[in-house]
Amino acid sequence: MFTFLIKSAFLNAWRHRLRAVLTVTGLVVAILAFGLLKTIVSAWYAGADAASDARLIMRSSVSLVFSLPISYKDRIRQVDGVDAVSWANWFGGVYLDERNFFPQFAVSNGYLDQYPEFLISEAEKKAWLVDRRGGVAGRKLANRYGWKVGDVIPIKGTIFSGNWSFVLRAIYDGREANTDENQFYFHWDYLNESMKKVSPRRADRAGVFIITIDKPENAAAISGVIDAEFRNSLAETLTETEKAFQLGFVAMTEAIVVAIEIVSYVVILIIMAVMANTMAMAARERVSEYATLKALGFLPSYIATLIVLESLLLCAVGAAIGVALTYPLAEVFGSFFESFLPVFNVADTTPWLQLLSAVMIALIAALIPAVRSARVRIVDGLRSIG
Amino acid sequence: MSSRIPFSYIWRNLVTRKLTTLLTAGGMALVVFVYATVLMLEAGLEQTLVATGSADNVTVIRKGSQTEVQSAVDRTQAAIIESNRHVASGRDGSKLIAKEQVVLISLNKRGTVKPGNVVIRGTSSVGLTLRPQVQLSQGRMFRPGSAEVIAGRAIAERFHGAGVGETLRFGQREWLVVGVFDAGKTGFNSEIWADGELMMQSFRRPVFSAATFKLAESHQFDALVKELEADPRLTVEAKRETQFYADQSRVMAMFISYLGVTLSVIFSLGAVIGAMITMYAAVASRVGEVGTLRAIGFNRRAVMLAFLVESLLLSLLGGVVGLLLASGMQFFTISTMNWQTFSELAFSFSLTPGIVAKALVFSLVMGLLGGFLPAARAARLNIVDALRAG
Repeated sequence: MFTFLIKSAFLNAWRHRLRAVLTVTGLVVAILAFGLLKTIVSAWYAGADAASDARLIMRSSVSLVFSLPISYKDRIRQVDGVDAVSWANWFGGVYLDERNFFPQFAVSNGYLDQYPEFLISEAEKKAWLVDRRGGVAGRKLANRYGWKVGDVIPIKGTIFSGNWSFVLRAIYDGREANTDENQFYFHWDYLNESMKKVSPRRADRAGVFIITIDKPENAAAISGVIDAEFRNSLAETLTETEKAFQLGFVAMTEAIVVAIEIVSYVVILIIMAVMANTMAMAARERVSEYATLKALGFLPSYIATLIVLESLLLCAVGAAIGVALTYPLAEVFGSFFESFLPVFNVADTTPWLQLLSAVMIALIAALIPAVRSARVRIVDGLRSIG
Repeated sequence: MSSRIPFSYIWRNLVTRKLTTLLTAGGMALVVFVYATVLMLEAGLEQTLVATGSADNVTVIRKGSQTEVQSAVDRTQAAIIESNRHVASGRDGSKLIAKEQVVLISLNKRGTVKPGNVVIRGTSSVGLTLRPQVQLSQGRMFRPGSAEVIAGRAIAERFHGAGVGETLRFGQREWLVVGVFDAGKTGFNSEIWADGELMMQSFRRPVFSAATFKLAESHQFDALVKELEADPRLTVEAKRETQFYADQSRVMAMFISYLGVTLSVIFSLGAVIGAMITMYAAVASRVGEVGTLRAIGFNRRAVMLAFLVESLLLSLLGGVVGLLLASGMQFFTISTMNWQTFSELAFSFSLTPGIVAKALVFSLVMGLLGGFLPAARAARLNIVDALRAG
């Protein structure tokens, strides 16, 4: 009985080939667009997802624009539970042209040791450490501009004015899929030496301190102790976990993330209208057939099931193709937006959300036609001429 | 005979199939809504940043820095700029130049712990004179030398502690908000203004970020740029204030525009397919009618035109509904971080006549694309076969 039902549903769906193909194409486009938009949203959160619980970020409590005196490092080290401290400055320079954006940081020695997810060969690391002008770039970044170890990279300063040049000494790979391979690091000492000469007021300052702690569960307590240490000083601090720090960035552009989320559901609504239209037309054309089935003794529920199954079948095909295409498309899309969204991976939950929305589309699209057809009076249905 | 098929025939076909018409036009309406909304956002952003500056004002920042926050201009350099002959003088003879310090502070949005970077502009009464679009709407101006601030409307509404009578803490001091200003649709609405000299002391930052002044005569801008560049004591660049603010939103404008185009293309594919399905069904169910029309003398072109007009009507309905929905978005304001300046910027959706025209054309193109193949099929039907099918 059930196989018969499925067979009928399939034949019904396939009766109007052109319409079936068009509907499925529409579904594929919609499911694909939904998956892509969801991936953009998850790319927004990539920094927070990749953050470690065992690292704290300390910055000026006023805002990131204000720097902290470097002398704070010793007082942080004395706090119980702190394993390692390093510091970094956002450089924000321009490589050749403003369009070539990538994050650049001046980092103190020891910074990279706090990031075990950056994999660098020992030889390259040593080469970087001994070269004062040395730089480290992520694999994706190096590939994008065709950099090789030994290349000179000119960067024009914006915050720290002047023309700077660095020698690429090492390239790091990400240990995890969501590790950001789009960053550039160089020696904080190099920056500091220059600042001492040009603008002594800005020397010996760090934008953020990175603090590795022994146990992630102590994060809140240690942050409290550190911030208390610097309260009522000239530069008060705000210490939070790396995740909270990254989420702070996401929150600043939250309006955009929310807009993209809303739009991702709008596309589902659009395709729902298209699908509902297809089902309504199919049901209307077959009123007399459904009446005949009823006259033969099939129950109304059987007819309703038939329509729902047809809708589900179309959506299943559309969703399957859509989900399968999401991965290659995300790859292409990701390479275009590499400098904006360095980590662009389809989240594990995305295909499930896509399937879920396909089922929702199928059920809602079939709802009205199914109820109407199940309720049709046999005489009316037989009289109808479609 | 080449007369046209009556319009009422076309119209009634749409009315008869209410559900189908509604669903198809509804799908298109959503697409047009997204399309128009994105265009409105782009226009709103542009209006905001262009309106922020005045063409007669010039902003000078340190060479190489792109924003006021990144820039630093020391007192000596600021004095040299002030003495330039192109700087206009006010009625009392003093130069119309605002030497300002601009920094960012992190504030939490009202009712949340979500941070946003807000611009604090340390200025003087000249700063207000130079920007007539800034009007106090509540409270009073801050008193020079006291720890008082005035907040832009968008900030006062959205951020914790920025309303009149509330206090903000930064630079080791409590600052009392004594006024709220309304700067129309400009970026100044997303700023907080304080006394410049006091702010420099509080932050222990003895440099200005930028100097903005009024040109004595607007057309002398090029001469001014030349003079400033030729002066070996200065390492600055000058831009007209309008250009300066327009440059600061380039990345954001580009992002919105790319996103909008991508979304519109993808979504319109779905809507075109919807229209195609509807129109193919319309043709299929009316084969007999088409045969009759042809038999009584309407030619192929007339039949094709009738179906195309039906499709265009359908899409126009979608376009109008979509635009109506989108026009409701004008009441909303978006506030987000501008990547280039790293600071909060509020802007609203702005519906311009150009966007209305674009959205309607967009919807008609969707109708044309969706209706063309089905209409062509209807036109190609053989009279005898078509009559027999009916």
